[in-house]
This record gives sequence, C-alpha cells and structure tokens, in this order.
Amino acid sequence: MNDVLKWYEKAGECGDVVYSTRVRLARNLRQYPFPNRASESQKQEIETKIRDAILAGNSVAASQFSFVPLEILSDEGAVSLVERHIVSPEFIADRRNKALLLSDDESTSIMINEEDHLRIQVMKEGLSLKEAAEAADRWDTLLGETLDFAFDPDFGYLTQCPTNLGTGMRASVMLHLPALAESGAMSRISANLSKLGLTLRGSYGEGSQVTGAMYQLSNQITLGLSETEAIDNLSAIAVQLIEQERKARKELSGGIVLQDKIERAAGVLKSAKMLSSGEFAELLSYIRLGLSVGLLQGVTQEELNGLFVRMQPATLSVSAEKPLETTERDILRAKETRRICAKLTEA
Amino acid sequence: MICQSCGKKTATTHIKTIVNGKLAEYHLCSECAKEKGYGSFFDHWNLGFGNMLGGLLGKTQSEETVLRCKKCGAVFSEIAKTGNLGCEECYTTFRRQLLPLIQRIHGTARHKGKHPGSSALRITDTNSKLVTVQESVLEEKKRLLQKAIEAQEFEQAAVLRDEIKEMESHE
Repeated sequence: MNDVLKWYEKAGECGDVVYSTRVRLARNLRQYPFPNRASESQKQEIETKIRDAILAGNSVAASQFSFVPLEILSDEGAVSLVERHIVSPEFIADRRNKALLLSDDESTSIMINEEDHLRIQVMKEGLSLKEAAEAADRWDTLLGETLDFAFDPDFGYLTQCPTNLGTGMRASVMLHLPALAESGAMSRISANLSKLGLTLRGSYGEGSQVTGAMYQLSNQITLGLSETEAIDNLSAIAVQLIEQERKARKELSGGIVLQDKIERAAGVLKSAKMLSSGEFAELLSYIRLGLSVGLLQGVTQEELNGLFVRMQPATLSVSAEKPLETTERDILRAKETRRICAKLTEA
Repeated sequence: MICQSCGKKTATTHIKTIVNGKLAEYHLCSECAKEKGYGSFFDHWNLGFGNMLGGLLGKTQSEETVLRCKKCGAVFSEIAKTGNLGCEECYTTFRRQLLPLIQRIHGTARHKGKHPGSSALRITDTNSKLVTVQESVLEEKKRLLQKAIEAQEFEQAAVLRDEIKEMESHE
C-alpha cells in the first residue's frame, strides 16, 4: 500500500486553494433492473460482468486495479474508504453484494452496485477538471466496449434516480476557502450559482457540515448541459473563487488577528499531546492559510494533505491494524502531527 | 419514528453519513431535512401526485388498473415514494408521469453530451463563456404570463395563471 505515491500526496495546480478535483459517472447495465430492484443473484452477475470488463482482457487496466468485495472489509476499513472519498457513505451502509475496483494510487475507483450498477470515479490533486473528466471518460469508453449501458436519446444515460440522468456526470472541486468564509462572502456566492447549474456545500457532499473551511463546488444539473459545458462552467467559477480567496487572504493576512490565530495554531499542533479530529481540522486550516500567505514555512501543502487523510478516525484505526478508542486516536493523531509540524517555522 | 432534530414530527428522510469515524444514521422530518440541506425532489411531488390521482379517480385504484413496468414490476406510486426507478424500461413505461418531474429537476428533458460508443470527450477551451441552464417549464410560463399582462392579453394571461397555479400546487 505504501510504495505508490497516492494522488493526494502530489502537488496540484492552485494547490494553495484547491485540495482536490473529482469526476464521477453513473452507469447502468441495460439488461438488469437497477440495484434497488435487482435480486442477489442478479447483483452477483452484475459484479462479475463489471469486474471482468476491467480485469479480464485489458492487461494494462488489470495491472492497475484491485478488486475488493465490500463484505471482506472491517467496519474501520469500510469507513476509511469514505474518509478518503473513495466511496460514498451510502455505499458502505449495507455491504452485501457490493464491490469496489480501486487503482493503486487510489485516484480511480469503480463502485459496483451502489445507487447505480457502476459509478466510475476519478480523483486528482489540485484543480484538474479537464484531466479528471477525460480520464473518467476513457474508463467509460473502455467499459462501454464490453458492457451495454442503459441509454435513451432524450434522457441520456439512465440512472436509478432521475437527478443523475443525462451525462450521469457529477464533477466537483474541493476548495479551502478560509478567508472568504471569514469575510462572510460565502452565502452571497453560493446563491448566485444555481443559474449555472452549480452548487457549493460541505466537504462530504449533500447536507454535510463545513469543517476546516473546506467547501465542495459541484455541478447540480446533468441533463441538458454536455460534459464539456458543465466542466467549463465549473472551471470558470472555481477560478473566480480561487482569485477571490487569494485576494481576501492577502487583505486578512496583514492583520494581527489572523496572524495570532495562525501562530497559535502552529503552536498547538507542534506541542499538543492529544488532538480531536475536529480541533485538528480547524487548526490545520490555519496552517494551510499561514503557508499560502507566507507567514509560515517548512511544510508543504501536500504533506498536510497526506497528514489530513491519514489522521482521520477510521483511517488511523486501519493503519494501526486494530480498532482504536477515541483517546488512543487523539494521542496518535497528536504524535504524528507533532512529527510533521516540527519543521514548521515562522517565515 | 420521530424526527431526531425537532423531536415532534414523523421522520420521513433517512440519512447515512460518517461522523467521527463511524457510520451514523439520522432520521429527520421533511422540514428539518430541508433545513439541513437534505430536501428531496420527491417529497411534495409525491403528495401532489397522490392528490391529483385521487382527484381524477375519486377513489383508490384497484390492482388491475395500475400501470406496472413489464420488465421489473415497479408501479409508479413506489417510484414516487422512494425516488428510485426500477429499471431502464420504467423510463419508457412511466415516461408521461416522469417528464414534468425531470423538467423540474434539470430545467429540460433533452440530453446533450456523450452517447454510448461515441468518440472520447475533448475538452478544448475550458474557462470560455458560461452556459446557463435552460429555464424550466414553470419559469417559461411565468415569463409568458408577464408578457401577456404587459400586452393586455388577459384571456391568455388567465390560462397561463391557472396553469402556473396548477403546477405550483404539485410542488
């Protein structure tokens, strides 16, 4: 698991503001009922067909992917997949007859028997919508060579829920917007996005709370806008948000209030003996901000990205190879954070 | 089941999420769910559809008259309740009932973009001009109503007004 550099450990474009880019495509096999009406044996057939489409025949794809039936995972293992944004919370709630195809660098995953028969997901570091959309499209084209996808000329790709009809594509950009959030501009910004078929919300999608000023900008409309148009809209707005955030950061960073918060955050992360995941996320947000405005130095955004992923509750338990109590996790989290943040200095 | 947020109304929305490393399930009433951003397109529509059907038939339908998908056996009331279709054939069987809903979600019901077997996606000039979403049928009617009033075409305006009222009552 450790020899391949994970996608989030690489430096991405606009990495000072954009944490990651994600594109996912919803597809269904024509001959089978959608997952909510498919029988166990049908789900198993679906699983086999999709697995074979990737693992049999095409050796390049086969060598990059591992096949994971969800039933073999521990609870922590399953939740860790959600924490790493590889699968959705719904996907692990009931793990029967569900499987995952996951690439070595964790950037590409194919969920089998989620809400739809398959969901192809590509994640990239930084702002990388075009590349992520093209990569997802290539996997879709490859799978389409052996699988017969349900499609209607008017409704596009047919999905279990009509909210995904059309392209079946949901693209999103995870943005770190502490300065805009601080300036109170977020509600004004998000109100103006619906005309473009876009939405802005917490980092784990619909209804999730905003933690550490992480926001997810994504397309809401999938029917009537082509993939290219949706990506163009999303890119343009993401770029605007990035510029506004950078401007707001510059203005805020001159003030003693923010400088104080950043230095205090650095102090706590360098010396704390216990860190809850909430406090950790909040303080890490200030460190990211401090690095980007040049008040701190010594650690890269990518190191923080990697740390953030590894320090999540279930992911910590998975690497410890045993279930951990909250206190044990808080101690481990503080220890590893101290190690990474030891290099952090005032610029 | 009672809503976990207000503790008063019946919970109709069930949410699965991750809190502090554990899978958590929340049961909320439609109002609390909406407030927290979990609003469903089907909530009110379902109610509206039931009322509409009741109004048309005067009483509940017997099993024989219910339209059933030949491929998966789903009936429309189940689809309205869960928000999920049963299979690709449902989109043909229940096309007429689904169209207004799909238009309300997406503003249109005409696919643009990739077809199976079509050539690979080429995103050439990102960051060019923005493409706005097509107006929904309801928005179009409201615009036409305004126009009719301005032009003093009151008969036309009355028809549009009634149509809008009818559509909004099902939302």
